[in-house]
Amino acid sequence: MNVTSHISAEGFDVRDYLRLDLFPHFLCPGCGHGMALRALMWALHERGTSMDRLAVVCGIGCSGRLGAYIDANTFHVTHGRPLAFATGLALARPDLEVVVITGDGDCLAIGGNHLIHACRRNLNMTCLMLNNEVYGMTGGQVSPTTAEFRFTTTTPQGNHEPGFDACKLAEAAGAGFVGREATLQVPTLKDLIVEALDHDGFSFVEVISDCTEIYGRKNALGNSPEMILSQKAGMRPDSYGNKVDEPFRPNPFRTGVLARTDRPEYRVHNIGHRENLSEPRSRGLDDNG
Amino acid sequence: MAGTGTIRNVQGNHACALGAIAAGCRFFAGYPITPSSEVAERMARELPGVKGVFIQMEDEIASMGAVIGASLGGVKAMTATSGPGFSLMQENIGYAAQTETPCVIVNVMRGGPSTGMPTRPSQGDIMQARWGTHGDHPVIVLAPASVKEVYDEMIRAFGLAERLRVPVIVLFDEVIGHLLESVELAPPAPGALVGRKWAQGPGQSHRPGAAGDDMVPAMARPGDGYRAHTTGLTHDETGFPTQDPVAVDRFLRRLLGKIDHHRKSIESYETVAPDDAGIVVAAIGVTSRAARRAVKTARDEGIKAGLFRPITLWPFPTEPFLRAARRAKAVLVPEMNAGQMCLEIERICPDTVSVVSLGRIDGEPISPDEILAAIRKIGA
Repeated sequence: MNVTSHISAEGFDVRDYLRLDLFPHFLCPGCGHGMALRALMWALHERGTSMDRLAVVCGIGCSGRLGAYIDANTFHVTHGRPLAFATGLALARPDLEVVVITGDGDCLAIGGNHLIHACRRNLNMTCLMLNNEVYGMTGGQVSPTTAEFRFTTTTPQGNHEPGFDACKLAEAAGAGFVGREATLQVPTLKDLIVEALDHDGFSFVEVISDCTEIYGRKNALGNSPEMILSQKAGMRPDSYGNKVDEPFRPNPFRTGVLARTDRPEYRVHNIGHRENLSEPRSRGLDDNG
Repeated sequence: MAGTGTIRNVQGNHACALGAIAAGCRFFAGYPITPSSEVAERMARELPGVKGVFIQMEDEIASMGAVIGASLGGVKAMTATSGPGFSLMQENIGYAAQTETPCVIVNVMRGGPSTGMPTRPSQGDIMQARWGTHGDHPVIVLAPASVKEVYDEMIRAFGLAERLRVPVIVLFDEVIGHLLESVELAPPAPGALVGRKWAQGPGQSHRPGAAGDDMVPAMARPGDGYRAHTTGLTHDETGFPTQDPVAVDRFLRRLLGKIDHHRKSIESYETVAPDDAGIVVAAIGVTSRAARRAVKTARDEGIKAGLFRPITLWPFPTEPFLRAARRAKAVLVPEMNAGQMCLEIERICPDTVSVVSLGRIDGEPISPDEILAAIRKIGA
């Protein structure tokens, strides 16, 4: 059994990877995004990724604010567009490890078109979509993943639209790697992110996170620990055989690695693109060559 | 820039691509749109040969995002589009202005608004090019009027974008884009490609450093150890967001002020007979070619007409214009829109000068005869 090895964080101190001068962070008490951030940092630690070579591209929303706390090359771009920016950055600088952090609104509503085409292209990068089922930053409006009948500030009678299954979408659009995990299981989430980072191609990871202060309160979903523990009821790992009790989440979700293909990475057909376009500083970018 | 380039017969859109390659552009992201598609097609052909990257994105929003992403990575990057695509790009053009990310955006103007007339020429985006994205923001707009000038202005566009860390828009009409002319494709002059200032040396922190006397801060390149933060939120010189009124005011005044600070090196224009012109015709793009002919004919008839042609459209070359119009009793502004550049000229002209708009919005270029008739009417 290697259970202990995979949950112990030996040698890992998340503070080594964060810009502590920006603390205290701005996330609400009980927000799940901090756990997702910890899992990502832990995964990078385990892989020995150089923070100098790490480029994190974030969109707008609560998830988008995480980038600023990571002590790496961080880019906080426009709403819904982090995958577009990351595509340019990854093509120009294949030497960088490109990670995108986005949210359910950022990635599936305003950025939905960019997501399907990023999956289709299969350019090497890892996209973490933190799904808290709500637009938290703007005060709690309905999002493309809000479960049906849930209350938000823009669904005062309850949401009447079905939610999005982002992982099915990513798989159908051709993403090389698709996985899902909840913040309940940070070590498992970390392992999933390691696999996603290791995959050569476009990796999509949906992280089930919780908005306790706004969404949880509005829907009487309990306090933060209760919400996190309740994630378990919605999970459908293959090992559960879909035989658990009535799920807490109206939309039960499968976790783990959901799809993995050996489709060639985008640049395989673009040999010239494998080189680093950015000239070494010693030669300068102003050379005409 | 003379004597060493090859002579070729090319259209404006191809000259645009070749100028970009000569300027060191190594990344193009775009989306097909008439009448600019030949720029993308030519870049798709040329870039692999110079180890550059061409990518066709899912829309113009993504194209602009990818261009900025590549530029943040340290590569000279551009896109090309027309009206509807230019509208979609405005969001991320604002991001480039706010984060001071060098990039070049080509807009081959077609008839608008909305889908408008895709295959007809227009100069209807003069104001959008300046004010298209929200908030006070710096931008430079260049307006070439020949195939040769498209090539040269692309080289200048990259030079300005990289040196001043500002988005540069190259604006020309469909006629110039599809015009075939024999041009000399000269390599850039020494100094034309003075590049981006990179943060270097010790003190590798989150802080790429404040701007010096030139009001342009050095950029932190990913991988160089600075681990900087770039954000579209209003930020201070550390790169991190702030709402401190003093820091915000200082940041935005520098952002806007750097254009004015470098105005002399940005401005470019052409004049015909400025010393005695009683009637000055101000025009850009293909309209300026008709205006040149009209001015010549008018002078043959004894009317003291002159031409002022901004090559740098924004910032508008105010002082050079006022010098060229110092003896003018009237300024005639022919343009393929309902009167956009005319607004700027009215703004800067003294009350004693009569500013006459000659706007055409039917998708047809303005002919020399139309301009000549207007000159005669004013002169009479």
